[in-house]
Amino acid sequence: MVEHSQTATGDDLARPDGWDGIVADWSSDQRTFKNVPWGKAMMWIFLLSDTFIFSCFLISYMTVRMSTVVPWPDASQVFALSFGGEPIPLILIAIMTFILISSSGTMAMAVNFGYRRDRVKSAVLMLATAAFGATFVGMQAFEWTKLIMEGVRPWGNPWGAPQFGSSFFMITGFHGFHVSVGVLFLILIARKVWRGDFDRNTRGFFTSRKGNYEVVEIMGLYWHFVDLVWVFIFAFFYLW
Amino acid sequence: MDKVEGQQHPIGIYLKIWGWLFVLSTASYLVDYFQIESYLRWSLIVLFMLLKAGLIVAVFMHMLWERLALMYAITVPPLLVVVLMILMAFEGDYTFLTRLVFFGATS
Repeated sequence: MVEHSQTATGDDLARPDGWDGIVADWSSDQRTFKNVPWGKAMMWIFLLSDTFIFSCFLISYMTVRMSTVVPWPDASQVFALSFGGEPIPLILIAIMTFILISSSGTMAMAVNFGYRRDRVKSAVLMLATAAFGATFVGMQAFEWTKLIMEGVRPWGNPWGAPQFGSSFFMITGFHGFHVSVGVLFLILIARKVWRGDFDRNTRGFFTSRKGNYEVVEIMGLYWHFVDLVWVFIFAFFYLW
Repeated sequence: MDKVEGQQHPIGIYLKIWGWLFVLSTASYLVDYFQIESYLRWSLIVLFMLLKAGLIVAVFMHMLWERLALMYAITVPPLLVVVLMILMAFEGDYTFLTRLVFFGATS
């Protein structure tokens, strides 16, 4: 009697690295982005397009700031805040920066615990991220209110170049909108993780698809991007 | 088999990067606090900004561990922004000079 045994012959060959890898991945009708779920590749491409939007805002801010003959308001003084004593320059923005960085830290750990299938820790960390995000938006609302009370408008302000207001409201407004949307999505996904949807293959309410913990990482990409944009806004708008 | 193509790294690396981001943010805040001016100010700001951005993209967003095909597809196109920035710097400079010529310096 002939013994039959099975040999796996269908395993993928190891893919080349470096430039050979780029050529191999991009050539001949195939899925280009290996080892990456489609949702993650799509999120990266969305973030790339968002990069261009924010770049356009920051570059138009650069253009108006370079071309004005009126002095630009001193951000250090404009965003100073006094806690009973001498005003501390830019302190509110510094606190907002630390809050957003902390939210990125908790998000990174939420992704990690998600892949370890530790759903409670992952959900709690995501909710912490959402709380940091909401705090950030709250402080931004405070900052907007303060500036509007002091007479900053998109067409003028008491301290100098009128373009200051339009750049400020446009750039921080668009960023704050991104943070707000991120907070909502964080809460939605934290709820799914908490319930264990990804452990039981529950179908989504909207798409009727089964999700998995990749969703947490994709959410994380978006959130880190929001932090990334703030790094540039902090440098160019507040510190320059 | 449940096939999840995820990234799994020890938790310590995130805490380390978190710490570094705090240090770099403090450093860039101190640039403003101590009123460092002109070229030193701008180069320090840009240096800290790029370091922070690099850490976030490389570690928090896991770009360091992706294949080069994705890494280059995402990080190369934004370099075009530099071209737009240079073009608009010329444009802004030109507008500034034109305003000086036609309206004169206001202060």
